[in-house]
Amino acid sequence: MSNVVILCEHKNGELVKQSLSAVKAGIDAAKATSGKSFLLLMGSGIDKAKEAASRLGADGVIAVEDAALAGYTAEAYAIAAFEAIKPQSADLVLATTSAFSKDLLPRLAVKLKAGMVSDILSIKTDGGKIAGFTRAMWAGSMIADVEVSAAVVVATVRGTAFAHAEPVAAASPVTPVSVKIDQGALHAKSLEVIEHKSSRPQLADASVVVSGGRGLKGPEGFKTIEQLADLFGAAIGASRAAVDAGWVPNDLQVGQTGKIVAPNLYIAIGISGAIQHLAGMKDSKTIVAINKDPDAPIFQIADYGLVADFAKAVPELVDEIKKVK
Amino acid sequence: MKILVTVKRVSDPEAKLKIKPDGSWIQTEGVKFVVNPFDEIAVEEALRIKEKQTGEVVVVSIGDKVVTEQIRAALAMGCDRGIFVNYPGASDSFDIAGILQKIVEQEKPDIIILGKQAVDDDMGAAGFMLAELLGYPQAAFASKVEISDDKKKAKVTREIDGGLEVKEVEIPCIITADLRLNTPRYASLPNIMKAKQKPIKEVTVDALGVAVKPSVTVKKLTEPPKRKGGVKVESVQDLVTKLKNEAKVI
Ligand SMILES: Cc1cc2nc3c(=O)[nH]c(=O)nc-3n(C[C@H](O)[C@H](O)[C@H](O)COP(=O)(O)OP(=O)(O)OC[C@H]3O[C@@H](n4cnc5c(N)ncnc54)[C@H](O)[C@@H]3O)c2cc1C
Ligand SMILES: Cc1cc2nc3c(=O)[nH]c(=O)nc-3n(C[C@H](O)[C@H](O)[C@H](O)COP(=O)(O)OP(=O)(O)OC[C@H]3O[C@@H](n4cnc5c(N)ncnc54)[C@H](O)[C@@H]3O)c2cc1C
Repeated sequence: MSNVVILCEHKNGELVKQSLSAVKAGIDAAKATSGKSFLLLMGSGIDKAKEAASRLGADGVIAVEDAALAGYTAEAYAIAAFEAIKPQSADLVLATTSAFSKDLLPRLAVKLKAGMVSDILSIKTDGGKIAGFTRAMWAGSMIADVEVSAAVVVATVRGTAFAHAEPVAAASPVTPVSVKIDQGALHAKSLEVIEHKSSRPQLADASVVVSGGRGLKGPEGFKTIEQLADLFGAAIGASRAAVDAGWVPNDLQVGQTGKIVAPNLYIAIGISGAIQHLAGMKDSKTIVAINKDPDAPIFQIADYGLVADFAKAVPELVDEIKKVK
Repeated sequence: MKILVTVKRVSDPEAKLKIKPDGSWIQTEGVKFVVNPFDEIAVEEALRIKEKQTGEVVVVSIGDKVVTEQIRAALAMGCDRGIFVNYPGASDSFDIAGILQKIVEQEKPDIIILGKQAVDDDMGAAGFMLAELLGYPQAAFASKVEISDDKKKAKVTREIDGGLEVKEVEIPCIITADLRLNTPRYASLPNIMKAKQKPIKEVTVDALGVAVKPSVTVKKLTEPPKRKGGVKVESVQDLVTKLKNEAKVI
């Protein structure tokens, strides 16, 4: 019997969609071991997120609401999460991999004296217990079977490796928990969050991603591929080279050390296909590559490859798609 | 200011890797090893802070004797001295954090800078575990670091989902380096020569008083199924036809 606590993220008071992957992974693991699952929400002004969380089929929702949690810091949230999880005798603590969970969970793992495993792809259960995990190593070129001997495991969950939890009719009970946080003892505060504003979907949520690389030659190249993205309501992604060059914001980087995506359609334009980039997109359903070099490694994994100069091919592609859409 | 930086020895990101016949780990014979790229960025940032503030940069690496190569590489970039923690066995992120905690207690640095993740196993946990063990604040995924005039605080711009965050942490603190923090310098030939004379202190985990007991262990490695490439299309029209009729994505 393994009890699972799943940390859920919220933004502007709403539950973040990506969290649903960890919720699904956690509820399934608890069920497979006849344990219980609880969703944990922390913050302030989170009524809508609480309501959404209570409809996901978990055994309960724990809500920690405190003014000290209004702005996120790992220091304060680790205390809150620890206090909320302690009474649950949790065996497994999960959250979907994100900037939030990567920052917070290792700190929480130390408080819980837990073993920490990052970005898991699957959870193995055996005889009512959590038996192990799989995760990628070396830029996705190896899959490791990992075991943890500590009594408690804290893990981040790769969003693309698990389906989303679906809403259910029955509401789970929401239990408020209050914690004491001494702001002065945190030695840290969030001064400002600078959002990169975009009307496009987030990379992790998009069913179509159009990505550009060094081959686009500059920010104007991204303007060209945006027209293609517009046709699909797609998110824009980029290779590290394009981000390093300052053509697009940092958080658009797809790859081993950026975002990992697996959309229905991924279109890579002017991207060579380095292993670090492939690590972030090779599980996409359909991959299209447009590159002027017929030997570019991206063609080895693309379902459809077009050898062409993007400056000519992309506007043509936009016109042709408009004709058939 | 005294700054401690960590360097992990990792396989070259360009290296083609093979699994050992028993599946326990990768074959390391013939593989080139380098300083974890994120740790090079950490070293560069430490050197830049020192150049502005004066002080000392100490570099530490944990592993068997060969990791002194990575310590030398950091010394050649400009670090002042090295600490080699001789521990040849397996460890997990928590063990690494536990060892680093002891080093911090001895060295009492103002700032500790690590890479945001090691690119071999992509755990990205050691730095934040260290912060918790020490009770220090942390600034993860840094893309800009500014030290206050009184040297009591660091203002760190962090890469987060959907944008950036500016976080203020009191010193002593932990910072982890992200890709856009800086571009690491190359070691010049004279500096590589000079680095050979710089001191590296060797310590054992026994002497530090830490028991290394990895609770997270890799049981087996396998190669994931390879994605098969598809076809090259003849023209834009051909592509659109296939996307519509075969892939059914239009
Ligand atoms: C520690 C580390 C972490 C990394 N993490 C990541 C990561 O997360 N994500 C990532 O993407 N990379 C990452 N990288 C970098 C990676 O190794 C590659 O350097 C990078 O992906 C290359 O980007 P690119 O394909 O845009 O550029 P290039 O490799 O330079 O390729 C450009 C391509 O554009 C094509 N091209 C040129 N002109 C045109 C044209 N007019 N029309 C069409 N095609 C054209 C060229 O033929 C070429 O194939 C990492 C590297 C390291 C060391
Ligand atoms: C043969 C072999 C077998 C191994 N088996 C396992 C295993 O079964 N399970 C397991 O969890 N690990 C194993 N490891 C060790 C593993 O590669 C890491 O050392 C360990 O997990 C902790 O580092 P990390 O990569 O998780 O750190 P991360 O949290 O990803 O690294 C963050 C930062 O911490 C610092 N850091 C990490 N390690 C070191 C270091 N050694 N010296 C200096 N700074 C460092 C770096 O600055 C790095 O950028 C094995 C290693 C070898 C060589």
